[in-house]
Amino acid sequence: MVSGKGGTGKTTVAAALALALATEGKRTLLVEVEGRQGIAQLFETEALPYEERKIAVASGGGEVFALAIDAERALLDYLQMFYKLGSAGRALKKLGAIDFATTIAPGVRDVLLTGKACEAVRRRTKQGSYAYDYVIMDAPPTGRITRFLNVNDEVAGLAKFGPIYNQAQAVMRVLKSPQTAVHLVTLLEEMPVQETADGVAELRGADLPVGSVIVNMVRPHLLDEQAVNSAAGDRRTEIAKTLTTAGVSGAAKLVTPLLEQAADHAQRVSLEREQRVALNRLELPSYELPLLSEGVDLAGLYQLSKELRKQGTGT
Amino acid sequence: MTVDASAKPLEVDPLIDDPATRIIVCCGSGGVGKTTTAAALGVRAAERGRHVVVLTIDPARRLAQSLGIDSLDNTPRRVKGIEGDGESSAGQLHAMMLDMKRTFDEFVEAHADGERARAILDNPFYQSLSAGFAGTQEYMAMEKLGQLRARDEWDLIIVDTPPSRSALDFLDAPKRLGSFLDGKFIKLLVTPAKMGGRAGMKFLNVGMTMMTGTLGKLLGGQLLRDVQTFVSAMDTMFGGFRTRADATYRLLQAPGTAFLVVAAPERDALREAAYFVERLAEEEMPLAGLVLNRVHGSRAVQLSAERALAAAEILAPEITSENSDGGGIVDQRGGKTGVREATGASPEPPPVSHAPAHNPQHEKTPQDTVRTAHQSDDAPVTTEVVPPPADHTAEHLTAGLLRLHAERMQVLAREQRTRDRFTALHPEVAVVQVTALPGDVHDLAGLRAIGDQLAGAGESPAAP
Ligand SMILES: Nc1ncnc2c1ncn2[C@@H]1O[C@H](COP(=O)(O)OP(=O)(O)OP(=O)(O)O)[C@@H](O)[C@H]1O
Ligand SMILES: Nc1ncnc2c1ncn2[C@@H]1O[C@H](COP(=O)(O)OP(=O)(O)OP(=O)(O)O)[C@@H](O)[C@H]1O
Ligand SMILES: [Mg+2]
Ligand SMILES: [Mg+2]
Repeated sequence: MVSGKGGTGKTTVAAALALALATEGKRTLLVEVEGRQGIAQLFETEALPYEERKIAVASGGGEVFALAIDAERALLDYLQMFYKLGSAGRALKKLGAIDFATTIAPGVRDVLLTGKACEAVRRRTKQGSYAYDYVIMDAPPTGRITRFLNVNDEVAGLAKFGPIYNQAQAVMRVLKSPQTAVHLVTLLEEMPVQETADGVAELRGADLPVGSVIVNMVRPHLLDEQAVNSAAGDRRTEIAKTLTTAGVSGAAKLVTPLLEQAADHAQRVSLEREQRVALNRLELPSYELPLLSEGVDLAGLYQLSKELRKQGTGT
Repeated sequence: MTVDASAKPLEVDPLIDDPATRIIVCCGSGGVGKTTTAAALGVRAAERGRHVVVLTIDPARRLAQSLGIDSLDNTPRRVKGIEGDGESSAGQLHAMMLDMKRTFDEFVEAHADGERARAILDNPFYQSLSAGFAGTQEYMAMEKLGQLRARDEWDLIIVDTPPSRSALDFLDAPKRLGSFLDGKFIKLLVTPAKMGGRAGMKFLNVGMTMMTGTLGKLLGGQLLRDVQTFVSAMDTMFGGFRTRADATYRLLQAPGTAFLVVAAPERDALREAAYFVERLAEEEMPLAGLVLNRVHGSRAVQLSAERALAAAEILAPEITSENSDGGGIVDQRGGKTGVREATGASPEPPPVSHAPAHNPQHEKTPQDTVRTAHQSDDAPVTTEVVPPPADHTAEHLTAGLLRLHAERMQVLAREQRTRDRFTALHPEVAVVQVTALPGDVHDLAGLRAIGDQLAGAGESPAAP
């Protein structure tokens, strides 16, 4: 499960992780649940249907499959399976019953989504081995993740028997097992870090397995504070001279703005350091992914997956 | 970054000074600075003499801190420290934070007598609805706005919008929820008997029975009964959710309302902003302009990124890491600050220092087996590796300054490109830029600084 504050890079990291594992020769399934077709966009393919599709083959022989789970379709499938509704299922949908059910009981929706993913986790091939080595979910954001995964609680107010109830039990067994880990993506900024800490506490409180912290969009530190301080002090003339030596014209006018930028940088570095300290307190394994200055395209995605592999993802 | 001639500058002061402006809505996609903008505008408008209330929707509760209030709640609280700006005498600023459950509860209490209100408040379906269905927050934000407007105690209401992926949710979610609660389906479900008498409803009724049966099996009969009780109780109480949502919606179209779209100079955020701008036009809702927040500037734009890098290379050739990629970490060698390198043991660029110890595939290095120094309690997490003196030579320092500048110029260029794309699509939209402050916005002074920039009076980021 890959969660994190909105916009921190959950979709990107989930995809990079799937690619990294595929490069190690694994069969991975990348799952999305919010109907936004983020995976298709990232892999530059057409919209994903409600069907597992191969979207990448890695150099290591592994493969990445992708699936966009649709709660309505999943509910119809269940109804079909348990109540043999036939075409009445479609009529239900048309009348808005499906929408109704998933709206008045948000837990139903979540059980359907996690249920489908758990089914893929448990699925075996004819030969008896697992169909997928890893199932990676681009999960809802930190603020909702615990409720989303804690489906038993969520459906507690619903029927005490029947498919939804049974499903919830089965899902919970997989989610609370060591087979599952919830990884949290964050940036080195106050709010996402705070959300990560809150998320970890909540997940732990609900007995859900927390995996690692993935710090995304890390920017390089080009100068340390000490250097900045010393530069801002008595070394202005020296810097101006050095600039001129390096062939920069108009050096005298540049020193002040360059030093201001350096001071901004130093302040950012020090804020980032505080955030790192806060993250370290969580005592979780962590990974770091660089900020790609041109944004993440397919090549960038491979680059991030390589970075994850270098840091030894094998979880 | 010079504001190109094609984009109109947005003038915030005339907007907030105009007594005809009664409501300003700050919207935009998640995390772009809606709450900050709303608060900064509130402070500025109050200091210029208006009686302002800021309705914020910030579950992170950071706004209370910046306004110097212990905690904001569902009642407007007076903000201290509002000063006149010299020309005009100070007005007043109140701030409140939407508590959607409270707002919903009060709403029920206001519309039903004691016993009936109790029954609704205790209804389990009501409880999950008010605690947060998709759209409840937006619905209640609109409801609160309607209430504040009706009280008429303030001459300017500034509304922040809930965190959401899409700015459009603010406009659409209340109606969606309203339609759902007032929907045909829910009505049919709860009042099959009433409908049964009418001609042509027989057929539907058969379907309904099957449906309630199936839903009952899935969801449990109790939940359906709860929904039924809730809806019929609410129904007799007031004119329906949808009607209510429509009424506040009209408030947003009324003269005196202005929208400010906030966006970061990033592709996704500006794409969202463009959708929103188009939608406002369709709905005939007046757009005041776009606030481009967290923009970077430089006062040394005369020095290009390329020249800066070339000069840095002359002074201190960059030691590129084995995996130089041109996009990511530019200079591993210079990266000697921060906890990241606190493990210290690695002479190489240290990407592996974070590998979790339990990874079987990964070749074990000493740091790995100790589960990496920065994860253990007693590790000196904040220790900095003091850069060797070599880094402090004038050459290294200057090269560092130049590389930083090159990075900044690349950011500027990227932001300019994204912005130009927006302006090309919507040349009619007035724009104001607010620079990225190096730290977070924490206090009134910070909000004032943002306010100055909103008014175009701030220090221009890209001087000459
Ligand atoms: N390492 C990175 N370097 C540069 N850009 C990045 C990086 N990671 C993510 N991004 C960009 O940040 C934006 C948000 O990323 P992404 O969509 O993965 O986040 P998310 O957490 O899934 O967002 P949401 O909450 O909207 O689902 C995207 O434009 C993405 O390309
Ligand atoms: N110009 C700026 N410079 C530096 N930091 C800023 C600036 N504007 C906003 N911030 C910071 O960015 C963060 C997000 O801002 P804010 O909470 O206002 O965004 P938002 O759009 O309301 O987010 P949400 O969608 O989560 O409600 C805050 O930590 C805020 O202090
Ligand atoms: Mg996403
Ligand atoms: Mg906000």
